[in-house]
Amino acid sequence: MSNKGFAAVAAAFIALTGCAALDAKPKSAPPIFVNEDPYPSTYVRYPGALTVIRHATVFDGDGRRYDNGTVVFADGVVQAVGGPELASPAGAVEIDGTGKWVTPGIIDVHSHLGDYPSPSVSSLSDGNEATSPVRPEVWAEHSVWPQDPGFSRALINGGVTTLQILPGSANLFGGRSVVLKNVPARTTQGMKFPGAPYGLKMACGENPKRVYGSKGNMPQTRMGNIALTRQTWAKAQAYKHKWDKYYANGGEMPERDLAMDTLKGVLEGKILVHNHCYRADEMAIMIDMAKEFGYKVTAFHHAVEAYKIADLLRDNDVCAVMWADWYGFKMEAYDAVKENIPLVQNAGACAIVHSDDPNYIQRLNQEAAKALADGVRAGIPNLSEAVAWEWLSRNPAKALGILDKTGTLAPGKMADVVMWNGDPFSDYTRPERVWIDGAEMYDANDPKRRPVSDFELGQPGEGDVK
Amino acid sequence: MIRRVLAGLLIAAAAPAAAQTFAISGGTVALGDGTQPIPNGMVVVRDGRIVAAGDVRMKLPAGTQVIDATGKWVTPGIVAGFSRLGLAEVDLTASEEDGGGKSDTSGAADDTTSNGPFNAAIDVVPSINPLDTTIAVNRADGVTRALVAPSVGKNIFAGQGAVIDTGADMDPVTAARKFQFVELGETGADKAGGSRASAHVLFRNALREAAELRRYAPAIAAGRAEAPDERERPVVRNPNESRVYDARRSEDVLLTRFDAAALVPVLQGRQYLLVHVERASDILQVLALKREFPSLKIVLVGASEGWLVAARIAQAGIPVVASAVNDLPASFEQIASTQSNVGRMRAAGVKVSIGMIDDNDTRNLFMERQYAGNLVALQRVPGATGVSWGEALAMITSKPAETIGLGGEIGSLAPGRRADVVIWSGDPLEGTSAAEQVFIDGVRQPLETHQTRLLERYRYLPRRDLPEAYRH
Repeated sequence: MSNKGFAAVAAAFIALTGCAALDAKPKSAPPIFVNEDPYPSTYVRYPGALTVIRHATVFDGDGRRYDNGTVVFADGVVQAVGGPELASPAGAVEIDGTGKWVTPGIIDVHSHLGDYPSPSVSSLSDGNEATSPVRPEVWAEHSVWPQDPGFSRALINGGVTTLQILPGSANLFGGRSVVLKNVPARTTQGMKFPGAPYGLKMACGENPKRVYGSKGNMPQTRMGNIALTRQTWAKAQAYKHKWDKYYANGGEMPERDLAMDTLKGVLEGKILVHNHCYRADEMAIMIDMAKEFGYKVTAFHHAVEAYKIADLLRDNDVCAVMWADWYGFKMEAYDAVKENIPLVQNAGACAIVHSDDPNYIQRLNQEAAKALADGVRAGIPNLSEAVAWEWLSRNPAKALGILDKTGTLAPGKMADVVMWNGDPFSDYTRPERVWIDGAEMYDANDPKRRPVSDFELGQPGEGDVK
Repeated sequence: MIRRVLAGLLIAAAAPAAAQTFAISGGTVALGDGTQPIPNGMVVVRDGRIVAAGDVRMKLPAGTQVIDATGKWVTPGIVAGFSRLGLAEVDLTASEEDGGGKSDTSGAADDTTSNGPFNAAIDVVPSINPLDTTIAVNRADGVTRALVAPSVGKNIFAGQGAVIDTGADMDPVTAARKFQFVELGETGADKAGGSRASAHVLFRNALREAAELRRYAPAIAAGRAEAPDERERPVVRNPNESRVYDARRSEDVLLTRFDAAALVPVLQGRQYLLVHVERASDILQVLALKREFPSLKIVLVGASEGWLVAARIAQAGIPVVASAVNDLPASFEQIASTQSNVGRMRAAGVKVSIGMIDDNDTRNLFMERQYAGNLVALQRVPGATGVSWGEALAMITSKPAETIGLGGEIGSLAPGRRADVVIWSGDPLEGTSAAEQVFIDGVRQPLETHQTRLLERYRYLPRRDLPEAYRH
């Protein structure tokens, strides 16, 4: 919201309260509303042609597959998806998709591009404000370096069109996330996904207790993790109560606490909780905690043991964000199984493939492929490539609160589209062309249609295929 | 579970590799030597070795067991070109994204000696635990051998690496002390006190100290003596039983006697020297070392910027174990990284194989075949340089074996090689394919792991008459 918009809303509020208060005794000063969007998105889509892709295999991201499919997009949005019978609008650029696959762009809900960028030097490492286990006041967007060369690799090799940048997991409350369009810009605001809600990164388990316990501070144990997290939510409830009263009655504005502002946003349902949590028993505790304090966990990230409680995740409508086959790199990842993702899918819960890594983000389609194949081999029913694509775009969009805008090829949604040079569930396949909001951001056949970050200009390998 | 796995191990140990003759027929057979796959091929194994493989039409002895591999693919087992497999059950160090610091599982991680007094003398073998779940997980995915290197501690020299098999038995070592591992790039500079220049002086000094030991101990100086010299051989076999204690040394030495002794076979070219460098200029410095010490048997490890100087690497005849798909300027020594690096080096005539260099090297070796498939994919990307399917498979089978002189033993299905054979559900360079049967030295391996047992236990969640803990 711009400052002007904020002023208008404030004025409207004054007018309303003015009417309602006619017969009341003189009131204290009316409340002034805090601007909840002080670093607004300045992203504007780039121009794109009216485009029709024909004769391609299409996964619409909503579980449907079209052989010999047609995709039409114009003015930045999907116009139609269907079979060969779909007519081409006049003046459309026709692309022959024979032998190609077309999908919604991949959405990675767990990336640290920009806050742990390449090159990996301490001057640029801005992902963990590991100075206190409770840091909900920090915002990942204030760390993101938009010149991270990793964004371009995620686009051209990975077909990633949207991604959530999270703070690291050293803290119980790591700070706010930011959702970005994978379109290069001079500023982070220029990449911000318009209208995407904020997320809050939380963490349970090993990391907070290791980072602070080793300094002799709380938390040093898992029970310390939980106690401190609960205490913080209790404070946030009191803070929210104070502000609710102020917004209802006016008077003296309470002192602002940026940390509590974020948690208040969660309690109001405006900010989505993305909870780093590996173990089944800990996820169950975090679900109860959310009920205790009246918020919702949107997704458990790195949910290596999600398969043990897939029913609980389904019943509580919590997404599980998973790798295909990472295991054992830490104690809480010890009980990984390769069928985790398909088992969560099979239970009727929301399954998502994520990277948490600047290399794996380039191969999320292959990660989904492995998980799918492992699931099929284990005899898990109702799996298909079309269903598995939901793990890569639809469900991530749901977890980010942007499913009404992207994540599937439903007409009216943003034309975030990847055309692959073969079946994307194969190691032999790469993106050939990528559109974001209908603008072509990558074409494998055109060296000029590929982003090169400022950092790479004039360096050996500038503009290489990567 | 433990009981069941141990029982499996005992059976594997009890069944001798010898005397087993069998054939695998009907599958698509890839030899691992760089050639393309052969449809409807055959693999014949006797006494733990390959007898014949490929388009074979031979009469099998009566009673030979024939395994039908129709619709399957058959290849040599994957050889991890660079790894730390078997050294860590759970990794030691937490990543920056995890907040950094050390996790509390150091007792289960032996991959780095961060605080010990020795360096080059370290022999990685005592750290290897064949019962690590990491070995089982990789075995179950068709990885049958691995080059295992220690990580550096305080010195540029990490110590001596081994080649292991992943068999379900208590004897993992194929070749102990096969190579010395040294860091001469960014990590080397750090270990040498802050600069590459210092790392190179340290390196030269170390070889000087080794040479001096050799000079003062005539038996070592003899090198390849016609008659084995019992005082010399133990230096090669096991530096921890070094018998060069009577050799005189100068006053100004930096290495312990054991460390210096361990470098004698490196200096004599009787032990491979794996050198980790990434930057193009660092690679050229290593090529210069080869000119200065012609007897060194150098292998480059990493070499992310190798494509910039590929012709010179080829000219020097030095093989490379490369990261397959590094394409980020992850550090200032990898600015020119591209997935085409391997293809371009190969096209220039460099012998390239694939390793997992600081990339989940203790546990995710099974990803090498996916990476190899990704290199094949590059053939269809305009401007990129990929490799053919046969070459890609060779880079994860025969090439790493040849790089350290074991090409005659492992890594291909050529007659006489150890029978490390995998039957895959499909094309092994597709991550979607799975290893269905794995043989090491001709012995069929169990493919059960901690992970497969967990799947069985939690496959169906509805409550039963007893808790989940009773499902085993």
